[in-house]
Amino acid sequence: MGTIFDASCWAIVWKYRATFVNGFLNTLLTAAAGLVLALVLGVVIGLCSTGEKKFLRILARIYVEFFQNTPVILQVCFLYYALAYSGVRVSVVTVGIISLGVYTGAYMAEVIRAGITAIPTGQFDAALSQGFDRLQTMRLIILPQTVKIILPPMVNQMANLIKNTSCLFIIGGADLIATTYNFVTGESTGGAYGPAYLVGGLLFFCMCYPLSLMASKWEAHLKQKSVQTNDDKKEVTA
Amino acid sequence: MSDLMTQLQGSLMMLGNSNVQVYLLKGTAFTLGISLITILISVFIGALLALARNYCTSGPSRLVRRFSIIYIELFRNTPLMLWVFAGFVLCPAPTFSKAFATALGFTSVASVKTLFKAIVSLTLFTSAVMAEIIRGGLNAVPMGQFEAARSQGFGMARTMGFIVLPQAFRHIVPTMLSQMITTIKDSSYMSGLVTIELMGCTKLLISKANSYNGTWVDRFDRGTIHVTDVFVLFGAAFLIYFIINFSLSCAVRAIKNRKTRPAA
Repeated sequence: MGTIFDASCWAIVWKYRATFVNGFLNTLLTAAAGLVLALVLGVVIGLCSTGEKKFLRILARIYVEFFQNTPVILQVCFLYYALAYSGVRVSVVTVGIISLGVYTGAYMAEVIRAGITAIPTGQFDAALSQGFDRLQTMRLIILPQTVKIILPPMVNQMANLIKNTSCLFIIGGADLIATTYNFVTGESTGGAYGPAYLVGGLLFFCMCYPLSLMASKWEAHLKQKSVQTNDDKKEVTA
Repeated sequence: MSDLMTQLQGSLMMLGNSNVQVYLLKGTAFTLGISLITILISVFIGALLALARNYCTSGPSRLVRRFSIIYIELFRNTPLMLWVFAGFVLCPAPTFSKAFATALGFTSVASVKTLFKAIVSLTLFTSAVMAEIIRGGLNAVPMGQFEAARSQGFGMARTMGFIVLPQAFRHIVPTMLSQMITTIKDSSYMSGLVTIELMGCTKLLISKANSYNGTWVDRFDRGTIHVTDVFVLFGAAFLIYFIINFSLSCAVRAIKNRKTRPAA
């Protein structure tokens, strides 16, 4: 009973395939909307933490340290309970989008900060000498150059975001993990442990593996390139 | 407004309750214990997986390499929650004796089983991440070290054990400490199924807050849970997690800085 070799279990899974599709779509929706929020926050906080205003730098530091050093589950739960006990009705997906977006935003901010600090200071000086103001410098000169550096870690964070949607399960979510769990323990569908978890896991794998593959390919490519340019430099100096 | 103040007072009173304190402390201890044991076992399994993925490239040992690649990619690309489910539903646990349970400070054998399953599922997941971290360290060891070891008559096993792995580990100490932070955070995923670590304990306390915040009258008027209770209890949990993880991340930064500073 419940094993992956049991045909009747597979039949149940197939019969209720809409459940899995639904969970899959909810996970995708949460991750996509969360990603938008995370990117916006990441760019803003990343710019703050590399800026000249000390107050903003401190604020950005606090934001990043707080969200990176506490579990995302605690953040999700806190938001959900705080809203529920103060009488505000919000859907689980909304709570998920906000809390996951804010959590991932802290990681994105660090990625973007690292990208900006990797750009030689000469670029900033050159932009200043050409009369660009700070925002223009960032938008037109610095950020486009960081894209190549920050893309691999950013894609990794995207995969993490998709995996983290699973913590919506704790607040009775509608994501893929929660639907799989409800399916397995459900009254009419229960018992098909093996196939259900296999399908759920496979769907997650299909979302995350291409992303992490892409990230590691890009990273290797970048590394090779930097080795090449270093060799070029050596040849020039020799 | 004064209503909210009295509610807040009641909520803050909870932190003075010895029952609440014991719960929070126990949860913290389990969070740390589970994470530490997980990391230690994961370093061992991760090292084996990393060595297999990097160096089992010829002959029938390629099968081992295949296995380790599949293991690493599978666990890295699926959520931990899934493996927590799998661990708690499918993983067989040995039957622990009552004496063993009491020796660990448990009242029931069942909670030892829970602890065991929690560690197993977290270890399955973390060792895949650890393998990739260790592989990063192995790749940073220059090829010349291997050749030098061979020229001195070291076999494969001794080259790895005495020369390559020690150097690789030195490279990745900061990354491994960061992984400790991640694992402490990840252990909160257990709260989805069982109450054992800090997050689970906090959730349980919230659900029983009405009996601690001073609103409980008798069994006909069981009091209410206020939003201030949520803030106070989760606030305490946030603080505990933050203190632990922030000090770890400060340590990571200190080690990294020491490494990047040019040798005097």
